[in-house]
Amino acid sequence: MISRLFNTRDTHFRFNGGIHLDDHKAESTGQPSAELSLSGQYTLPLRQHIGAPAQALVSVGDNVLKGQLIARPGAAPSAALHAPTSGRIVAIDARPVPHPSGLSDQCIVLEADGEDRATDYSPVGEDWPSRSREELLAALQDSGIVGLGGAVFPTATKLGSAREWEVTTLIINGAECEPWITCDQTLMQENAAEIVRGIGIALHLSGATECLVGIEDNKPAAISAMSKAAKASSYPITVVSVPTLYPTGGERQLIKVLTDKEVPAGKLPSNIGMLVMNVGTVYALERFISTGEPLITRMVTVTGDGVRAPQNFRARIGTPLADLIQAAGGYTASANRLTLGGPMMGYALPDDTLPLVKAGNCLLVTSPAVLPEKPAALPCIRCGACAQACPAGLLPQQLYWYSRARNHEALEKFAINSCIECGCCDYVCPSHIPLVHYFRFSKTDIRSAAEESRKADIARQRHDARQARLDRIAAEKAAKLAAKKAALAKKNAAAGDDKKDAIAQALERAKARKAELNKDDKQAGSSAETGGN
Amino acid sequence: MTAVLIITLLCVAFGVALGFAAVRFRVEGDPVVDQIDAVLPQTQCGQCGYPGCRPYAEAIANDEAEINQCPPGGMDGVRALADLLDREVIPINPENGVEKPKSVAVIDEQTCIGCTLCIQACPVDAILGSAKKMHTVIADECTGCELCLPPCPVDCIDMKPVGENIAQWRWPAPESEDEDAA
Repeated sequence: MISRLFNTRDTHFRFNGGIHLDDHKAESTGQPSAELSLSGQYTLPLRQHIGAPAQALVSVGDNVLKGQLIARPGAAPSAALHAPTSGRIVAIDARPVPHPSGLSDQCIVLEADGEDRATDYSPVGEDWPSRSREELLAALQDSGIVGLGGAVFPTATKLGSAREWEVTTLIINGAECEPWITCDQTLMQENAAEIVRGIGIALHLSGATECLVGIEDNKPAAISAMSKAAKASSYPITVVSVPTLYPTGGERQLIKVLTDKEVPAGKLPSNIGMLVMNVGTVYALERFISTGEPLITRMVTVTGDGVRAPQNFRARIGTPLADLIQAAGGYTASANRLTLGGPMMGYALPDDTLPLVKAGNCLLVTSPAVLPEKPAALPCIRCGACAQACPAGLLPQQLYWYSRARNHEALEKFAINSCIECGCCDYVCPSHIPLVHYFRFSKTDIRSAAEESRKADIARQRHDARQARLDRIAAEKAAKLAAKKAALAKKNAAAGDDKKDAIAQALERAKARKAELNKDDKQAGSSAETGGN
Repeated sequence: MTAVLIITLLCVAFGVALGFAAVRFRVEGDPVVDQIDAVLPQTQCGQCGYPGCRPYAEAIANDEAEINQCPPGGMDGVRALADLLDREVIPINPENGVEKPKSVAVIDEQTCIGCTLCIQACPVDAILGSAKKMHTVIADECTGCELCLPPCPVDCIDMKPVGENIAQWRWPAPESEDEDAA
């Protein structure tokens, strides 16, 4: 009865494997989210999304306004970048960015002037349903919106391809299955109406005819807020309470739980007519369409037993992480590890001077008591616990052996690329083998081997083409030379004939002359004789 | 008698079939050379002593060259060749050079006099320019063979290592701790 009243239902579908974890959601949800005060400096990496980096449109010394476009998207797929507040650009150079490699990348550095003056937004406004899809998608190109669930794929590109694939079902991911993280939950509780309006826009843009919102059942407040908002709207939205099991928030796992359909390996949800978006992404979409504000803020959870007052913040992209820690009461004495993301899929950061990026959903500060160092790995005993836990249906222990042998062929045969790096196998492994690390290593190893072989093919082609060109030129030269020689020989031959002729003629003339002279002599002789007579 | 006849007939029939197959399904070129060439890095540097990767591949196939004469391919290359040809893995022959991190040529455009000598030396046409005009290296196409360095009369070409960047970064290999523990 209640279900019918609120467009809510349960599901009895399951995916293979998965693990039950302590959710640690209560720590950061004791109070509503807070707006983070202005920082002095913002660092904005040009590559915060999947695809080509954005291209800077400003130079050092330029003054910019809040929301102003400071970098346009590169070759698709790519996303734009906007100034999070008003101020002056003080540097455009390579700086350390949050990334597991710890490497630096090109960043635009903005010094805030404290006035926070916004540029003139020109929102699409309330009449978006009457606008054409193409028009809205064109506007979205410069919105800077990317998938905020973790994949950071440019949203305009994703929605743009939805019609080609004839997407029928829009799935909104509010599962938030990883422990400690509560930013999506907080957003759903506080901004359900905006999220539902965003779903309406996404339905219009994707052409989907129904929408399923999946939320884990450890978030009843979020489920009821979303159900109420969905009920109040006229959109075909069903809120589904899904069982709490890590990693239900994985795209493929959520689809399986909600619809019992499986996305084939190597394919995307759109191949089976589905499009999955995170709640944060549709919220950003709604803000952009109705207020014109691009993606310059996001909800971020600052939590763990290493900060004094865990809480959710609406923080601007580019904020130094230290400011977020400060807002959460600062570090406790036992804090020893700073993680971006959750304890399962996040990665450790070297320090807190790095900026908040679009993908930054959670800042987890922990003591060794909560997130202890992994003990040294022991040999694999082939217990098979990893295969039972794997939500992608893979054989992690098999992949582990092939990863160690660097047997790329076998790794691909055993579908390493279907691994979602969720960490379930790591978690259950009694030998504490860092399986996901092996798989990440092998995935990048395979990718770079493919890249190297592609480059080698190009080099081979270019070398062969050059060789062919050199051969052709040499042949042409030889042919020309031969032709020249032949012509010369002919000319010489011809000239020789002339000479012979001339000589022969001269000889003839000489002969004739001699003959004449002899004749004359004879005549003279005879006349003399005659005269003598 | 019948048995002998049948055997003879069969011999003739199979002989014809084999002869036909040899002509009909003839493989063009030498597939071993192609396979070796596919493993080589295509740097075309000539450090192996042959005028390019393919001639070296042919030499390996004909047992005229060892599999350890390619420094750009490195030990990974030697391992791949050893795997392919079922030979022992041997260290790179120092006479052919040493394994270096991948680098690309960079022309100092201020110093370049536009002599075109490097353009003629480049085995993959990765240098752009013309007589008395500045030259530049197309970094994406450069194999790092260093063949453009010796001809340059003003010594304006440097090899710059390709630094790590985030887009091409690889996860480091995990230490296989369990081997030690075992």
